[in-house]
Amino acid sequence: MAVLRTLLVSLVLLAAGLGILAAATDGFRAYTTETARRIRVREHPPLVPPLPLQTAAGGRTSFGELRGRWLLVDFIYTRCMSYCSVQGSEFARLQGSLAEPLATGQVALLSVSFDPTHDDPVALADYQRQHGDHGAGWIAARPVDQADLTALMHAFGVVAVPDGWGGFVHNAAIAVVDPAGRLVAVLDWNDARAAARYVTQRLTP
Amino acid sequence: MKHRSGRLCLVGAMLWAALAIPAVRHVLESTMTLQMLIQIPLLALAGGWLAQGAPGWLVRRLHAWNHRGISGLLLASLTGMVWMLPLAMDAALDDPQVRLAKFLSVPLLIGAPIALSWPRAGFVVRGVVLVELIATMMRLGWLYLISPIRLCSNYLLDDQQRLGKILLVAGFAILLVLVWKLVWGHVDSGRADREDARIGSD
Repeated sequence: MAVLRTLLVSLVLLAAGLGILAAATDGFRAYTTETARRIRVREHPPLVPPLPLQTAAGGRTSFGELRGRWLLVDFIYTRCMSYCSVQGSEFARLQGSLAEPLATGQVALLSVSFDPTHDDPVALADYQRQHGDHGAGWIAARPVDQADLTALMHAFGVVAVPDGWGGFVHNAAIAVVDPAGRLVAVLDWNDARAAARYVTQRLTP
Repeated sequence: MKHRSGRLCLVGAMLWAALAIPAVRHVLESTMTLQMLIQIPLLALAGGWLAQGAPGWLVRRLHAWNHRGISGLLLASLTGMVWMLPLAMDAALDDPQVRLAKFLSVPLLIGAPIALSWPRAGFVVRGVVLVELIATMMRLGWLYLISPIRLCSNYLLDDQQRLGKILLVAGFAILLVLVWKLVWGHVDSGRADREDARIGSD
């Protein structure tokens, strides 16, 4: 009898265990937080909070004000010396490939600093210049206070970890926000072409 | 004997409480290596000691559903699989509810069932569990070592690679111990059978 009962319990445990594993991994599709975030965003696009930003030019804008156009957003810190320093060049490249929709205001590029104490407007302007800013359609900005920064990083699912050398390691990506202000996709940070394609395919002619 | 198990139970409860102290938790969760090799095993150990104080009637009732420790070891393995998911590890750092789930489930669903099941497991069941443990350590170790991307958003790549190396070495060490026992050691498969015969007349 103990054998039969054990078999019964084991089958129940196995079913429950597999159910929990399936739920935790979005049906065995995501094993890392990053993959899970991309799937979640694609299937249930969250609304980005309309928080204010201070731009490299010194002025103000906000995610609310930027609604009505497609946004390609990346999170940066300007002191980055490693791979994330390439994020800037990718955005400069996007200025080239998306020149037309950027000029007509259908699309905007937005780099948000998650290191606002260091990245003041001057540092942000330097960052854009260093990476070959063409001067159109690329906004670099920082959140105006710590609470906004936390809220934005949470909304976009950005995690920055101190790297022990005074810098950060973060899950860099190109986030796509649609004209309704919803985060609809998270794409690879180093594939500007895919990001450009994603947006051009969805532009209304 | 009774005295000793009561003391172990108390030590287990104290260890459990100590691991939950925020300062201790922060240190042990500061790197992936400390979390996987120190914090989670200690939580399981606390649960194992705690189980020594389980009342006799409860143990007897559980044993009736735990032939040769199979259900208990299965429960521990499945729970272990959940906490091996990189996203579960991340969530345990970011989300207080998941953290609570980790602090409850590792002692109660991994440590305690192992403590109650291992002495009842025979040669074959122990062999299956140990070989699967070694294989998992080597699979994970290899994955952590060669993965060019960070699997946990909260931890650094060099931390992940260090953990990978340690898991590979530890897996190999357990394998050596197992081989040593098989070749030169004394393998006791009789005790579990005798115990089952004594309890399992039903």
